[in-house]
Amino acid sequence: MIDFELSDNIKQNREVMHMLAENFMRPISREYDEREHEKPTEFFNMVWETSKSASNPVDLGGKANKADGPSTRNMQTCVVIEELSWGDAGIYLSMPNAGLGGAAVAAAGTAEQKQRFLARFREGAPKWGAMAITEPGCGSDSAAITTTAVRDGDHWVLNGTKIFCTSGWMAVDKSEGFVVVWATLDRSKGRGAIKAFVVDHGTPGMTVTGLEKKMGIRCSDTATLVFEDCRIPLDNLLGSAEVKEGTEGFKGVMATFDATRPIVAASAIGIGRAALDFTREILAKEGVHIRYGAPAHKLTQIEKDFMDMEANLQAARLLTWRAAWMMDQGMHNNLEASMCKSKAGLAVTQVTQKAVEILGPLGYSRKLLVEKWMRDAKINDIFEGTQQINLLIVARRILGYSSKELS
Amino acid sequence: MVSFQPTEDQQLIRDTVASFAQEQIRPVAHEADETGNIPSNVVQQAWELGVVQSLIPEAYGGAGDARSVITGALVAEELAWGDLSIALQILAPRLLVYPVVEMGTEEQKKQILPAFAGDKFHSGTAALMEPRFTFDTAELTTSARRDGNHWVINGSKCLVPLAAEAEAVLVYAAVGKPGHENVGAFIVPKGTPGMRVLGREQNMGIKAVETCEVAFEDCRVPASQRLGGDSGADFSRLLNYSRVGLAAMAVGVARAAFEYARDYAKDRKAFGVAIAQKQAIAFMLAQMAIEIDAARLLAWEAAWRLDRGEDGTREAVLAQQYASSACMKVTDDSIQVLGGHGYIREHPVEMWARNGRGFATFQGLVMV
Repeated sequence: MIDFELSDNIKQNREVMHMLAENFMRPISREYDEREHEKPTEFFNMVWETSKSASNPVDLGGKANKADGPSTRNMQTCVVIEELSWGDAGIYLSMPNAGLGGAAVAAAGTAEQKQRFLARFREGAPKWGAMAITEPGCGSDSAAITTTAVRDGDHWVLNGTKIFCTSGWMAVDKSEGFVVVWATLDRSKGRGAIKAFVVDHGTPGMTVTGLEKKMGIRCSDTATLVFEDCRIPLDNLLGSAEVKEGTEGFKGVMATFDATRPIVAASAIGIGRAALDFTREILAKEGVHIRYGAPAHKLTQIEKDFMDMEANLQAARLLTWRAAWMMDQGMHNNLEASMCKSKAGLAVTQVTQKAVEILGPLGYSRKLLVEKWMRDAKINDIFEGTQQINLLIVARRILGYSSKELS
Repeated sequence: MVSFQPTEDQQLIRDTVASFAQEQIRPVAHEADETGNIPSNVVQQAWELGVVQSLIPEAYGGAGDARSVITGALVAEELAWGDLSIALQILAPRLLVYPVVEMGTEEQKKQILPAFAGDKFHSGTAALMEPRFTFDTAELTTSARRDGNHWVINGSKCLVPLAAEAEAVLVYAAVGKPGHENVGAFIVPKGTPGMRVLGREQNMGIKAVETCEVAFEDCRVPASQRLGGDSGADFSRLLNYSRVGLAAMAVGVARAAFEYARDYAKDRKAFGVAIAQKQAIAFMLAQMAIEIDAARLLAWEAAWRLDRGEDGTREAVLAQQYASSACMKVTDDSIQVLGGHGYIREHPVEMWARNGRGFATFQGLVMV
C-alpha cells in the first residue's frame, strides 16, 4: 500500500547520520570550503573505521534482484546521503569510499574483479574509487570521447585526457584506490566500442595534472588525469571487449546511472533542506510565520516564496524516493531516475538561491553557511547528467523515441 | 515502509473508474461543455460505480467501506481525467454525505444518509465559496447567529454545484470571530425559507456542471441541523479533504492535457519531422510529465497523512497549491504545443486550460 513512513532501520540510520552531520561536519564546513583542496583527515579516518565494518554508509545501491525479494538498500542510501549532504555536501562527496568507480565494478565486474578492486574498501587506510568520463571536448556527449584503449599483447594501452574527475586525486595519488576510465577501442565504431577500464593507483603513464578551482563543493577534489601510454592488464577491462553494433554495450555502462541519479538527487535535496531549515529558523526568530491556508491576497511574498520552496523540495524528494524504491523492487527505473535528477537539480538550485535572497545582507555574508549552500547546490543541476540531458532522457521515454529520433 | 504501490483493491477501483472515464465520460465531455448539459445516463452509470454509497455505513444502507483519502484521491484523479465538470457533478453528493458520515450526529446520519445509499443518483451539495475578490475560508461573510433553538444564516454563496436540485445544502458559515475553528456547517434542506438559489452561473470553465449563487436571508434552521450538533465539526479537516481532492483532480486534468499534447506532437510534422522531435516541444512535454508525477506524489503524501489521523494542513495546502500551479502550466503548454489548433474548441486542450485555471480558486468543491 502507498506509504511514506521510512522503516525503523532507516530512521535509526538517519538519526546517526544526522548526528554525524551536525556535530562533525557542520563545525568544519566553512573551514574546508575556504581551504579548498585540503582534506579533513580526522573526520575521514573516523568515518572510514565505521564504513569498513558492517554496512557501508555510502553503499551505492544498485538494482535489487527480484528473486531475493524487496530490499530497502537504495532508499536507505538516499536517506543517508541526504543527511550527510545536509551536513556538508563537499565533505560528503570527498569522503573515502568506492564511489562511482566502485559502482561500475559492482555493476559490470566479474566476481574476481570485484574481489580485486572492491575488497580493499573493507580494510586498511582510507581509499577512494573514482570514475573518469568527461574530457575537455565532451561532457554530455559521452559517446564522443577520444581517450583510446589499444590492445598490445597482455595489456591495454590508454591515451587521452580526462577532466572533472571527482576524487580522482585521492583515488590514484593519495590512496590505494583506482579510477575507472571510459575509453574507446575504435573511434570509428561509435558507442559500441566504448568500454570501462580500471586503472589502479600508481600505474605508470597516468598523471594527475591539476585540480579545479570550483564555485562550490570545494572540499571535493576535481581532477584532470592525463594518460600517456598507460599500460593496464587485459583483465582490468570491465565487461566484454566485443565491439557490438549500435549502442548495446554502451547502454550497459549507462545503466549504472539509473542507480546513481537518485543518489545525486538525494544529495542535492540535503543541501536544499539545509537552506530551507535555516531559512525557517531565521524567519521564526524574526517573527515571520508561514500561514498555511491563508488566502493569496493575505500572504506576504516571503510566505509564498517559502511555501514554493517547501513544496518543490518535497516534490523532488518524493520523486527521488520513488526512483530508489523502484530499484529496491527490482523495477526498471530509467524514466523515474532521470525525472528525479532533473527535478532535484532545478529545485535545489532555486531553493538555495531563494534562501540567500530571502535572508538579505546576512544571507550574502560568508559568516553564514547559506551562501555556501547555494554554491554547493548548483553542481547538482550539472553533473551526473545535466538537467537538460535528463529532460532529454525523460522526453525520449515518454515519447518512445530513440536517441537518433530525438537528439 | 515506503511504498508507491496502491493496494490491489485500490488498483482495481482505479482501473474501473479509469475505464468508465474513457468509455463513458470522454465521448460526451466536449458536447457537455458546449451545451452546458451532462447526459443523465452518464451520471446514473457513475452512481452505480458506488462512488458515494461506498462510504455510507451499512447501518444506513451503504457499503460501509473504510475511509481512505488515498483511494478518494485515486478516484478523483481518474474522474477528472475524464472530465472535470462531469467529475464534479458525479462527486457533488459527497459534499454533503462525507461530512455527515464522519462528523454528523446520529440524528443527522439517519436524516441524510439513507437517501444516498439507493440505486439512483441523489443530489446533494455544499456551499463554501463566496462571490468576493477577497474570499477567505477563515473569514466567511456568510454568518450564522444563534437565536434560541435555531441558527439564522445570512450571506451569499457562489460556485455551489447542483444547488437547484440538491436534497440539502451543507452551508459553511462563521459562528463567531474569524478563524477556522469558528466555522459551522449547517444542513439546509431544499425549500427552506430564506435560502434562495439564484440562477445558474456562467463560469470560465466547468461549464457542463450547474453551479449556482445561493443567497441566505434570515434563513432559519433548527440547532439540530448544525453538523455535529452544538459542539460543531472540524472544518479544518474538511478543508484538508477538499484540498487533497482538488489536488488530485488537478493532476487528472493536467494528465489529460499532457497526453493529448504528446500524442499530437508525435503526429504533427513540421520542418521535416514530428514536432515532438524538436527539443523545444520535447522539453515542454518532459517537464509536464515530471510536474504531473510530482504533484500526484504530494497529493498522495497529504492524503496518507490525513488517513493516519495527522493534521496534514501544511501538506494539503502545499499539495493543492503545487498541483493547481502545475495544472495551469501543463494545460497552457498543451495549448501551445497544438499551436493555432490548440486555440480552437474542436480540440479539448483549451477547455482543459479553462477548467484547470479554477484550481487556484476552488475550495470545498470535492470531498475525498
